[in-house]
Amino acid sequence: MDVATLTAHDCRDLLAGREVSAVELTRAYLDRIAQVDDVVQAYLAVDEAGALAAAAAVDAKPRDERLTWEGVPIGLKDILCVKGMETTCASRILKGYIPPYDATVIAKLRAAGLIFLGKLNMDEFAMGSSTENSAFKTTRNPWDPDRVPGGSSGGSAACVAAALAPWALGTDTGGSIRQPASLCGVVGLKPTYGAVSRYGLIAFASSLDQIGPLTHDVRDAAALLDLIAGRDPLDCTSTGLIEPAGPPEGDSLKGLRFGVIKEFTGEACDAGVRRTFDSAVKAIGTLGGVCEEVSLPSVERGIAAYYLIAPSEASSNLARFDGVRYGHRHAGSQDLNEMYVRTRSEGFGAEVKRRIMIGTHALSAGYYDAYYAQAQRTRTLIIQDFADAFDHFDFLISPTSPTVAFKIGERVADPLAMYCSDLCTIPVSLAALPAVSVPAGFSDGLPVGLQIIGPHFSERNLLSMAHAFEQHVQVGTVAPLRAGSAEVTP
Amino acid sequence: MISREEVEHVARLARLHFDEDELARLQSELGTIIDYVNRLSELDLSGLEPTSHAVPLENVLRADEPVAGLAHEEATRNGPDIERGQFVVPRIG
Amino acid sequence: MSAAGIGHDVWEAVIGLEIHVQLNTRTKMFCGCEVTFGEPPNTKVCPICLGHPGVLPVTNEKAVEHATRIALALNCRIAERTIFHRKNYFYPDLPKAYQISQYDLPLGIGGYLDVEMDDGSNLRVGITRVHMEEDAGKLVHAGGASGRIDGADYSLVDFNRGGTPLVEIVSEPDISTPDQARAYLVQLRNLVEQLGVSDVNMEEGSLRCDANVSVRRPGEPLGVKTELKNMNSFRFLHRGLEAEIERQVTALEAGERVVQETVHFDPATGTVSTLRSKEEAHDYRYFPEPDLTPIVLDAAFVDRVRAALPELPAARKERLVSQFDLAPKDAALLAANKPLGDYFEALAAATGDARISVNWVLGDFSAHVNSTGLQVAESPVTVELLAGLLGLVANGTLSGKMAKEVFETMAETGQSAGEIVAEKGLGQISDADELEAIINRIVSANPGPAEEFRQGREKILGFFVGQVMKETRGQANPQLVNELLRKHLSSA
Ligand SMILES: [Mg+2]
Ligand SMILES: [Zn+2]
Repeated sequence: MDVATLTAHDCRDLLAGREVSAVELTRAYLDRIAQVDDVVQAYLAVDEAGALAAAAAVDAKPRDERLTWEGVPIGLKDILCVKGMETTCASRILKGYIPPYDATVIAKLRAAGLIFLGKLNMDEFAMGSSTENSAFKTTRNPWDPDRVPGGSSGGSAACVAAALAPWALGTDTGGSIRQPASLCGVVGLKPTYGAVSRYGLIAFASSLDQIGPLTHDVRDAAALLDLIAGRDPLDCTSTGLIEPAGPPEGDSLKGLRFGVIKEFTGEACDAGVRRTFDSAVKAIGTLGGVCEEVSLPSVERGIAAYYLIAPSEASSNLARFDGVRYGHRHAGSQDLNEMYVRTRSEGFGAEVKRRIMIGTHALSAGYYDAYYAQAQRTRTLIIQDFADAFDHFDFLISPTSPTVAFKIGERVADPLAMYCSDLCTIPVSLAALPAVSVPAGFSDGLPVGLQIIGPHFSERNLLSMAHAFEQHVQVGTVAPLRAGSAEVTP
Repeated sequence: MISREEVEHVARLARLHFDEDELARLQSELGTIIDYVNRLSELDLSGLEPTSHAVPLENVLRADEPVAGLAHEEATRNGPDIERGQFVVPRIG
Repeated sequence: MSAAGIGHDVWEAVIGLEIHVQLNTRTKMFCGCEVTFGEPPNTKVCPICLGHPGVLPVTNEKAVEHATRIALALNCRIAERTIFHRKNYFYPDLPKAYQISQYDLPLGIGGYLDVEMDDGSNLRVGITRVHMEEDAGKLVHAGGASGRIDGADYSLVDFNRGGTPLVEIVSEPDISTPDQARAYLVQLRNLVEQLGVSDVNMEEGSLRCDANVSVRRPGEPLGVKTELKNMNSFRFLHRGLEAEIERQVTALEAGERVVQETVHFDPATGTVSTLRSKEEAHDYRYFPEPDLTPIVLDAAFVDRVRAALPELPAARKERLVSQFDLAPKDAALLAANKPLGDYFEALAAATGDARISVNWVLGDFSAHVNSTGLQVAESPVTVELLAGLLGLVANGTLSGKMAKEVFETMAETGQSAGEIVAEKGLGQISDADELEAIINRIVSANPGPAEEFRQGREKILGFFVGQVMKETRGQANPQLVNELLRKHLSSA
């Protein structure tokens, strides 16, 4: 069977209608991975045996006892701990690490009967915007294998765009779901901070990290969010949603007010991205929405604040990788300090070390107030600016990324240029707001995403709005995979 | 700007080692990033509270009730060096 | 302020103590693992207290309550809003490479403890702060000869203890002698014990003490301080402080400098040595723990904890003085030791005689528990048994001297006074008829002295008492003998 056009809802319907067994469906995805992933390089590890066994267990169950999503496959970013399944965060320092526990989202998906196809590539410890920082492989953009898929959830976005799973989980700290979703032409949702438990998500920046769906359409995103959201006693910063996110309703945007964020649209964006964005604004108008420019002056400080807060938290979160209890250890050290230094210097890649250095410096004696505390005050300002904007607008919109997918290697040498890939997504993360990137069209044959931002816990309205937009613009989300060795077309 | 000594000090704190080339590159990269983030200190934010939790919550606590932990084998399985059920570390200091 | 050091009468020490109290909650500070002692290594652990990737802490509400009890008992102001910070440093017993602790918004600040010194004077020691944190795991040093860190080839880590809730109590530098330090620690230990929030056992490490020590000539600004680590008994605290003060004074008198460093007291040699050879400047890079929510301790919560506090030593001392008319010193002793104080109050209630009760409790009973090393509750001499014994004294069955003998046996066997008296034939002869017969005989046999008594020589009565006692092998009730002899001699 050809799975290249299937959404998760399609998979569910095929299973429910007995048109396909869970094993057949899983097998079909495994076959496609075998055919296509040579080019895309989305997966770090495929759990063929585990997935087929889980699928067989679903097939063995009487149909009337099956849960809604039982038997539907999924791909998982390798930042999520899965009991018994190697989890590396795309880092040498965790090579061979087998978590003794399930992340809360994994436990929920397990309970719902989803089939885990395997672990997806990412920037090491989610630090990056291109997935080039993986210690193990470079994932390619299915729309153009010479280009990056974005990051850090590049494996998850490429996986969905190449139909190597009907949907996938990623994580977003400063844009790591939305930006790769935009660059790979799929839907990516970062929920409100706290909507989804972080327990078992290997921490990058604790006050920003959120798990979210990457999918072919908004309906799937809402369904997957509803599967994973909820207050978790193991994460005291989690709250869950105030109402289910899906299913999305309505096809009109009549009466809704949209603020077009001035700081994310002008000079900051490539012309092609701007053109696509302008046509998205028009489409919203056609659907009855009213768009108006709004200025959020503080967001220009967002990247600076983010590049203090996130590395500071990361420097502390990544200190536990010390070679004592798990993961890589340098063999043959004479003393403890040597073991620490060699283990960490060998185990971490250049970008991770760079950010640990920034964060350690920012927190060190004498700098805390000027850096970390000042960044947190900037964050307060950004939150206020967004809150003021939501007094006048139902949603705020911008391009998700200022550019389309860039060439592999193009920004590796310039960290600051790389950091600017997240210009439009970072302030939203700092304010803990929910935001979705929805395919809006193409520029030079490469996908462009529309970022739609809502107030805290507005996921239901946000996704209904995004759904109406998506239905109207009708952008394909499966890459034709026109280049590379495998000639596979949907 | 950040001095070479500061970079080395930070590396020591972080338990990281860099060779000469890496140190030189880090010094310049960190310098660039620090110059960039220094734009924040130009803002007068003295009236604002720092936000450490963007979605404010308080008093989320747990009851003092035991929960099953890991079996000993599970707890030590990932350990690179185990002796008598404990994690071995090289000579301290 | 007494001068410090041995043979250096111009120096005074300035001492502040940092005390870590392990709370006796059922589970750890941030995970559901049981708090235990002496279990096989790494059997009371979970991904959270092992610091696995992806785990998150959740605060134990009982630990917050216990910490609040301690802070209130130390007269601290309770923060309306308190938060946790991360204290970042690498050490193999610290699984996350940061300790979740508190920094600039601790649970309690600005308290004090009134310490009763042996001479009856009061020393008020300021409490800078009371905060919550998690304990580290346990390191065992292997290879090498000493079992100490410096000679070891390698070390082993057990995380069973890791994550145990701790309360850290930091005092102001109001202490100036090792005696004061010990008295403060003893009375703090008693206080915490009475709160029921910790086992306060120094040998097992549920109460640990570090000291910040500096010396100066009176009137001079503060000297450079050292941190004296982990003295695991009251005696070692005292000896460690003596040795460190001596070391600093000797250094300064020789024109050397005191270096700010961590020093370690070795009880075997009685000397202090630098703990880490190459002391790296500490830079803990504290920042607010993003994985935990702030804790708001509203007035209702604080009032509830306050209302549930047991009577604290200072208040109990006052009450014992006024209610039982005890000497302040005796009252202080009883107030400082809750089990003993409870024992006294129960005994006084049972006997109706506080004066005799306090003499017995602080005398023979204390000597007995101290020499046997028993807890008050473990002694075979229950309140009921001792009250029975004192009853036999009160009704004249036993003399004070005999009562002590009975007590000794009671403490060994747990028998009742009645049983012991019967078994040993110790009961006093209080039977007037029996005594009268003996007196008759003795008076008849000694007509001369009897006549002397009738002539007014009162003192001769002692001769007759002695004769009666001799005849009864000391078992006659002396008061009754006296009374009967007088009657007999006067009337004859
Ligand atoms: Mg401490
Ligand atoms: Zn635990």
